[in-house]
Amino acid sequence: MSVMEAKSISIVFGGLKAVTNFDLKLGKGELVGLIGPNGAGKTTVFNMLTGVYSPTSGDIVLNTSREGHNYKSIIKLKPYQITQSGVARTFQNIRLFKDLSVLDNVRIAFHFNVKYNALQGILRTTAFYNEEDEITEKARDLLKIFNLQDKEKELAKNLPYGEQRKLEITRALATNPKVLLLDEPAAGMNPQETHDLMNLISFIRNKFDLTILLIEHDMSLVMGICERIVVLDYGQTIAVGTPEQISKDPKVIKAYLGEGV
Amino acid sequence: MKKNRIFNTITLLSASVIVFIVLAALLFTGIIDEYNGQLLTLAGIYIIVSLSLNLITGFTGQLSLGQAGFMSIGAYSSAIAMMNFHLPLVVSIIIGGLVTAVFGLLIGFPTLRLRGDYLAITTLGFGEIIRVIMVNLETYTGGAAGLKGIPSFSDTGDFLKDSIIKFSWVYVFVIITIVIVNNLINSSPGRAIVSIREDEIAANSMGINVSYYKIFSFTMSAFLAGIGGALYAVYFGYLNPVMFWFLTSVNFVVIVVLGGMGSITGTILAGVGFTYIQEWLRFFKDFRLVIFGLALIIVMLFWPRGLMGTNEFSIVKFVRKYIRKEHEGGSSKPSKIKGVK
Repeated sequence: MSVMEAKSISIVFGGLKAVTNFDLKLGKGELVGLIGPNGAGKTTVFNMLTGVYSPTSGDIVLNTSREGHNYKSIIKLKPYQITQSGVARTFQNIRLFKDLSVLDNVRIAFHFNVKYNALQGILRTTAFYNEEDEITEKARDLLKIFNLQDKEKELAKNLPYGEQRKLEITRALATNPKVLLLDEPAAGMNPQETHDLMNLISFIRNKFDLTILLIEHDMSLVMGICERIVVLDYGQTIAVGTPEQISKDPKVIKAYLGEGV
Repeated sequence: MKKNRIFNTITLLSASVIVFIVLAALLFTGIIDEYNGQLLTLAGIYIIVSLSLNLITGFTGQLSLGQAGFMSIGAYSSAIAMMNFHLPLVVSIIIGGLVTAVFGLLIGFPTLRLRGDYLAITTLGFGEIIRVIMVNLETYTGGAAGLKGIPSFSDTGDFLKDSIIKFSWVYVFVIITIVIVNNLINSSPGRAIVSIREDEIAANSMGINVSYYKIFSFTMSAFLAGIGGALYAVYFGYLNPVMFWFLTSVNFVVIVVLGGMGSITGTILAGVGFTYIQEWLRFFKDFRLVIFGLALIIVMLFWPRGLMGTNEFSIVKFVRKYIRKEHEGGSSKPSKIKGVK
């Protein structure tokens, strides 16, 4: 049973075919890696899946029910609507709310589930206090998982790099997603941090019942935790398979290292 | 937790009442003379409009140079409500706010596509269009000659009594504005608004309807600026489109930047400071603006983020620290109600 499907999506920028006929089926609970050389179109795929770009052709469908089959096309939806339907993401170049506290960063992600409106907020009704207490507690629970609970009052920009990446994942989880898209979560991390991150990703997948698609250049991470890998080159899928198959695939080796090696 | 909330509310309420009683007593006994009383009242109006601008510029991150335009809509519509329809003062002031809110909603739409400098130019154009319309709608606005005979807050003939009543009216509206802006910002919709300032793309992918909150913020800001404008009309009893020209908008931007973009207490301090400095420099005549510009440059050199940055002075925290020291530490506050004056 698939949770999200990209059906032959393509996007053209001017004359440039950035991604051509990209197909992807994300099964429930799967952890899939998306790799490829620089400029292969990986982030463009992410941007299409999250509604930042809309594909020139093709369709993206999302299974909206947790158990059954209830597919809806998300191709016309805005990014915030896609997030509200259960697809959350992180960014390649961290995009935290830098001048806000760690706690507020997470609480903002709860916003679309908050039941009181602006007027109730201004008048400070009981609904306001109850909801605020609830989301603050939920946010703290999430921060605890990532070991950030002692830093909730710090500004996001003052966190060390590794923790900023973690906070971004925390924030994405706060939107209560079914599918989590991670864009180079280990970028800029040292081997030890990458190793911890690997464990963390497997842990949250089980704990939050997630389906994860990740872009990564760190092969130890990709080969270590991904069950399936999709390789992109020049906007086209050149290989799909298990980590072993991919590491032996001549087309992949050619794409990464060039011919005559 | 509930105890904390009640304590916060009582502290803030009593703080605003105490400040009011002190100022009113100083006015009454003549320690603050009528001239300074008038200035304080004017400062109050500036604070209201600057807070409304801070909501768009400081908290939502959208530079607006048309706040005087909003103000003039509020001023004229409330004046017309009073003079042509003979509505009571409070009703007219609120009508002034509501009419302006409608315009805020309209001007909110272009902001969805425009950013930074482009938005600033658009709002500047909007302010000028409003001014020109006010000049040409002579039947209602009196045109370039101005609109005379707007009813005052009180007309007892006793100058001292009148100025205290004027001050009280404006003070109440200042407090209401502070409460509205502060409570909004420290709620979930408020955090959504601030997230737009921080990173629009990230806000969008966190499930926040950025367009909705931008328009919401513009509408709310216009409403408050309209209230400020309505008070301005009643305060002067006379309106002229020139009062709301481009440089008036710039003054509000200066107050917000000086106080710190995204700081309510900063805006309040800068609002009072600005009003007084403007008056003290009056004897320099035209050089006033030169000196003012210089002062601004110096402040920006030493405090690039304004007096307060994005920080707030919190009365509740202040009181906690000095009166209930033993209760500190153990109780974490669920809501940060931030300072009033």
